[in-house]
Amino acid sequence: MLKNRVLLVLIVVGLAAAASLSFVTHAPNRLLSGQGVSWAVVLGAGRWLALLPALPLVVGPFLPQRRAAHLLIAVSASALAAALLWLAGDVAIRLADPSTPSARTAFGGAFWLIEAVVALAAADAVQRGISNPAARIGFGAALILPMLALIGGGAIDQLSIMKEYANRREVFATAVATHLAIVGAMLLPTLGIGLPLGVLVDRRARLRRPVFAILNIIQTVPSIALFGLLIAPLAGLVALAPFLRQLGISGIGVTPAIIALTLYSLLPIVRSTAAGLEQVPSAVVDAATGMGMTPAQVFRRVEIPLALPVVVAGLRVTIVQAVGLTAVAALIGAGGLGAIIFQGLNGSAIDLVLLGVVPLVAIAITADVALKLAVTMLRMRSG
Amino acid sequence: MKRWLADPLIWTGLALVLLVIFMPALKPLFAVLFPDQDRPLFEQDSFINLTLAHIGLVAASSAISIVVGVTLALFVTRPAGREFRPLVETVVATGQTFPPVAVLAVAVPLIGFGAMPALIALALYGLLPVTEATVAAIEQVPAGAREAARGIGMSPAGRLRQIELPLAAPVILAGIRTSVIINIGTAAIASTVGAKTLGLPIIIGLSGFNTAYVVQGAIVVGLLAVVTDLAFDRLGGLLDRWKRDDVAASA
Amino acid sequence: MITFEHVGKTYGDWTAIEDLSLHIPKGEFCVLIGPSGSGKTTTLKMINRLIEHDRGRILFEGAEIRSFAPEQLRRRMGYAIQSIGLFPHWTVEENIGAVPRLLGWPKSRIRDRVTELLGLLALEPERFRDRYPRHLSGGQQQRVGVARALAADPAVLLMDEPFGALDPVTRDTLQAEMLRIHKASGTTIVLVTHDIDEAIRLGSRIVILDHGRIVQSGSPREILAKPASDFVADFVGREDIGIKLLSIERVGDRMRPGEMAEGEPIAADASLRHALSIFVARGIDRLPVVDQSGTVAGAIRLTDLTGAAP
Repeated sequence: MLKNRVLLVLIVVGLAAAASLSFVTHAPNRLLSGQGVSWAVVLGAGRWLALLPALPLVVGPFLPQRRAAHLLIAVSASALAAALLWLAGDVAIRLADPSTPSARTAFGGAFWLIEAVVALAAADAVQRGISNPAARIGFGAALILPMLALIGGGAIDQLSIMKEYANRREVFATAVATHLAIVGAMLLPTLGIGLPLGVLVDRRARLRRPVFAILNIIQTVPSIALFGLLIAPLAGLVALAPFLRQLGISGIGVTPAIIALTLYSLLPIVRSTAAGLEQVPSAVVDAATGMGMTPAQVFRRVEIPLALPVVVAGLRVTIVQAVGLTAVAALIGAGGLGAIIFQGLNGSAIDLVLLGVVPLVAIAITADVALKLAVTMLRMRSG
Repeated sequence: MKRWLADPLIWTGLALVLLVIFMPALKPLFAVLFPDQDRPLFEQDSFINLTLAHIGLVAASSAISIVVGVTLALFVTRPAGREFRPLVETVVATGQTFPPVAVLAVAVPLIGFGAMPALIALALYGLLPVTEATVAAIEQVPAGAREAARGIGMSPAGRLRQIELPLAAPVILAGIRTSVIINIGTAAIASTVGAKTLGLPIIIGLSGFNTAYVVQGAIVVGLLAVVTDLAFDRLGGLLDRWKRDDVAASA
Repeated sequence: MITFEHVGKTYGDWTAIEDLSLHIPKGEFCVLIGPSGSGKTTTLKMINRLIEHDRGRILFEGAEIRSFAPEQLRRRMGYAIQSIGLFPHWTVEENIGAVPRLLGWPKSRIRDRVTELLGLLALEPERFRDRYPRHLSGGQQQRVGVARALAADPAVLLMDEPFGALDPVTRDTLQAEMLRIHKASGTTIVLVTHDIDEAIRLGSRIVILDHGRIVQSGSPREILAKPASDFVADFVGREDIGIKLLSIERVGDRMRPGEMAEGEPIAADASLRHALSIFVARGIDRLPVVDQSGTVAGAIRLTDLTGAAP
């Protein structure tokens, strides 16, 4: 009878969240905590019809475990996630009152939890229904499109997070741009030092232990400490050589951020480069050498292509880690999304915190998924 | 005696303890290093208190992470929980792409300022590497050893206790190590949300442009992380004695 | 000792075991053989309930195996597998003593038993007792695996392709030792293999399976002399059947006592196949035969290899 216990558990969690937490909250201004808006208001006047996509999910645990059933559940979950978003935005529009412009309608705990549960149901269904890893990622990404369309179409513009966004459109755009720029700038020295170091460690076994010992210690030091420790030496350096200041180098800001991020990124890059080269079958290298390839040709035509998936997998770890660490770098004045988060924390403004956190998480997950897809495609190409 | 001196765990540990206890004695040194500062030493709270609070926060959150994470991983590697494994793996993989600072920042509005949101955020985030490592650790127990254990008549509990857990222990420990090290770092950032940790001098130093505070906090918390990492390294060496060549190879 | 009565096992819509009936008496060395997917390993694992049968009955010492708790049942049966499955974090002594410990034997008795078994399997007790499995060669590991299976004097020894992963020389030595151990202990052994030569050498009875059914069961001689079907004839190696028949008989059985011959002698307990090889290699047609003490006991002629024993 019961065919899918996972989905059943998710549904129970979702219903429990719906029963115990509020879906959206309404507050007189952004600093006061809001009052929950009842489901009767949210779903009144026939709006409950928007929840129809939930039906396939509810019967899902009892459906036969076939591909079609899994795909139906995944698509329904996508529709339900969009419907919930629309419902929240719709409540906010109805509660909006031009006479009290500082009133706020915000997502409640139930909204976040139910959306998380729905996302997991979709992920589980995609995993059960689609076996090709690249197709999984593509299909999963397509499931987000309805929500993106709603956000782009202004359906949730009256919700507090979007109001915060509207208030600081430019600050937000700059923060995102700075954040991405720091991560991008970090890649240059990381790859420039990390890749050759990885090759070196693979070729000279003696270097292995000391190099990894040092990189591991760096990785161990807490990010905030490493950022902090770079301030004094850099400031000292600039004081000794003032021309550096003209180059934009200083003890706080982007310079120590990029240096620290590079130091952190070396461990995953060097490790994955060395591991990638190491897992190239020695028989293949022997065969290539036996065919008369020079060492440089063997490296370029055989070792690099075969090592690439592992190296890119390391790059994925590096970039995802750097996206998160860049947020911490806001504490030393590097800017980025972290600046918005910490500003929100200082002002106890949850919506401002979310305005920083949501895109931060979105960037991290997008980078993760994109590079996972790249690794999958590289692996498929090299068989 | 000589080996004892060459042991990095001993001297970094010693350096940490001495630095934490005798930080006030270094005030003249910081006064020389940072001549522009009126207050070259962080004195709002003692470094002993901060260190103990930091260790307490990390220990409490890590204990929760370990208990919940290992239990969860053991559940999804038993026949009864196998169906939940892909779900748990998805949560663990996605969760780890969430930056620790994001988890921390979201905990505050939900729970309030102070040590509690930090504790919960750290425990939740620390759960992920522990769960991931434990699943991987149980998975890499040789299939032959598993089948033999069943075939010679060990009970499921006996197999778990005598075969699976001891063989998985080194990898589980590696996951715990990752979790604890991340937590030490995130706990430092938690002082931005009102938790009393070694991050406090750094945060106050950064906002008040007092680099001396920053350096003091950063060195202590950095040493704490390195000492913890070395200690885990030592612990790991004890767990897989059977993998080493010098043990019982006397013949 | 073990009886299968109309046993069946089905996975989804695939029938692993069709309708299997088989009686394995006490003291027999029963070899289950067949191509992959024939159900030989399934049959073996149903005996100690690593796989549960879903039709028919399996009796162990007269009682349906479901009447025992699985763990209790398994502790009374030795189990050795191709991947050996030694516990890498336990020493040789701890590995061999695993079942006795489960059965609650006193420590001194376990230690004595380990010493005895190490000796039985030609591993010097003092040298190997405290080693970890990773310090042993593949052959030594499987010796320990067999010792572990034998540790608690099991009523039955179940072996799933135990020598499949070993090199030919080591395999040959371990096969000889299994024969010796079987002869000395009289333990009932059920062994799965896909190697027909191993089956002919070890089995007092060979059971050939295909698609979850027994296609023929009998002594090696019966199987070779009267293959029940084309499948069996192909499986035992149609072209080699004569050679294989020679391999299960001893020179001593065909020897002409008292007759004299020239040249280097052959041992009375060598196989007829060995004798044939010498005839062909040396281009001769008669050979002196010596008994175990090394004294000439008679001779054998090339023509003696064919037909029934004189």
